[in-house]
Amino acid sequence: MSTDQNILVKLNDAGLQLNNKWLVKGVSLQVEKGKIVTLIGPNGSGKSTTAKIALGIYKKIDGSVEKYTNKVGYVPQKISIDWTLPLRVSDFMVLTENLNNEIIDEALSLTGVIHLKDKNLGDLSGGEFQRVLLARAISKKPDLLVLDEPVQGVDFTGEIALYELIKKISDELDCGILLISHDLHTVMSATDHVVCLNGHVCCSGSPLDVAKNNEYKALFGEQASQILSRYEHKHDHIHTDEGEIKKN
Amino acid sequence: MFDDFFIRALVAGIGVALVTGPLGCFVIWRRLSYFGDTLAHSALLGVTLAFTMEFNIALSVFIISSLIAIILIQLQKKTNLPGDALLGLLAHSSLAVGLVVIGFLTFIRFDIMGLLFGDILAVSVDDLLIIWIGGALILITLKFIWKSLFASTVNYELAEAEGLNPDRAKTIFTILMAAIIAISIKMVGLLLITGMLIIPAAMARNISTSPQKMVIYSIIGGLLSVIIGLFTSLEFNTSSGPSIITAALLLFILSLFKIKQSIKLKN
Repeated sequence: MSTDQNILVKLNDAGLQLNNKWLVKGVSLQVEKGKIVTLIGPNGSGKSTTAKIALGIYKKIDGSVEKYTNKVGYVPQKISIDWTLPLRVSDFMVLTENLNNEIIDEALSLTGVIHLKDKNLGDLSGGEFQRVLLARAISKKPDLLVLDEPVQGVDFTGEIALYELIKKISDELDCGILLISHDLHTVMSATDHVVCLNGHVCCSGSPLDVAKNNEYKALFGEQASQILSRYEHKHDHIHTDEGEIKKN
Repeated sequence: MFDDFFIRALVAGIGVALVTGPLGCFVIWRRLSYFGDTLAHSALLGVTLAFTMEFNIALSVFIISSLIAIILIQLQKKTNLPGDALLGLLAHSSLAVGLVVIGFLTFIRFDIMGLLFGDILAVSVDDLLIIWIGGALILITLKFIWKSLFASTVNYELAEAEGLNPDRAKTIFTILMAAIIAISIKMVGLLLITGMLIIPAAMARNISTSPQKMVIYSIIGGLLSVIIGLFTSLEFNTSSGPSIITAALLLFILSLFKIKQSIKLKN
């Protein structure tokens, strides 16, 4: 398979600076059809920012983004919805694209929230709302899915089912997925490519490559490393407040 | 009873209500009540300029209001003042400048009350054309940007990420706001136009469970307000604007008895 034609979005040395502080810097990655790329990293490492750069939400960025599709489904990490709007789940489903009832029902059934279809969006619990968000993103059968911690607040069994669903969607729709997740077990079992961020790309590669990487363990600590890697290593650099990287 | 001027006023009012219904919903959803007020106040300047240069009033108001909207956006970018302070600054200074200019125009007899509160006697056939053609253009444009505008009202980042164009929709909506003020100024008067935008929409919010329903109820509320208001105006010789807005207020009060359960739970 030639990779060039399958690329959906590509970041070239992309970064974002806000008030003279780098939120994330020098990120290069690409998402291809049918592949799941996962971003991992500690809080504040620029995962969500990287996802938003890929989506084209930020206009003034460093480097460049090449986006080859407009059929995008997005599940943001945080979403603030103004409740002055009377908005039912069914209204929310057609927010960015008109879909027929069958497609809406199918998507809501897949994420297990079909019974909430006529409910007011503001009356849902956190986990229910998360399932609706995911249903909305997949219902439009996008080429590119960007999922920023899509199962936050979802109960344990639901979490596993939803990750399985995400994997299945990636296969069936042949869409590319950019996933941000804290669940390292899932990340390592379902992902094609892992990018480990900490204000910059610490390491990237297949899940096994990353697990073996020195910086991965330094970031995630002993326990996380034991999940996948027995290699021991040392963090070779520190981060200053300005986002610069200094070698030890 | 149905004198000619009254039919004209009724047709004009219905035209205005059809447009303020949907626009008013967005004014509430996007929290633009004071923005609407500011544009309306600046309309006085537009009216005086129209008189000075013997220019069409609606067009002149539209241009001045759009200009004020652009100035506001620029001030928001360039200064550190909060939005409401800038709105107040522009609203009162444009109102003041408008009144000062009127003071100089001693050679023209001005019906200030009519300007501020609307005058059904003043609606001409030309005004009807402006309201209905202008109103149709506003509604067509609104339909065209609806998806982007509504999606970005719910969540800007989702709209932007999924290929819609929220920034363009916002700019176009600002122009539509200036346009509705321009075409409805004769009917409702510049002090009460924002009331025509928000009161029927607020009434609609109380009894709606979906955005579409809210738009429809808002239009119906506006139409009822105009009809009730104008008949009252004719019967008791009151200004048309205050009569319409009072009717809208009564409908709002009635709607309070039907507030949907889910809203009550939240507050």
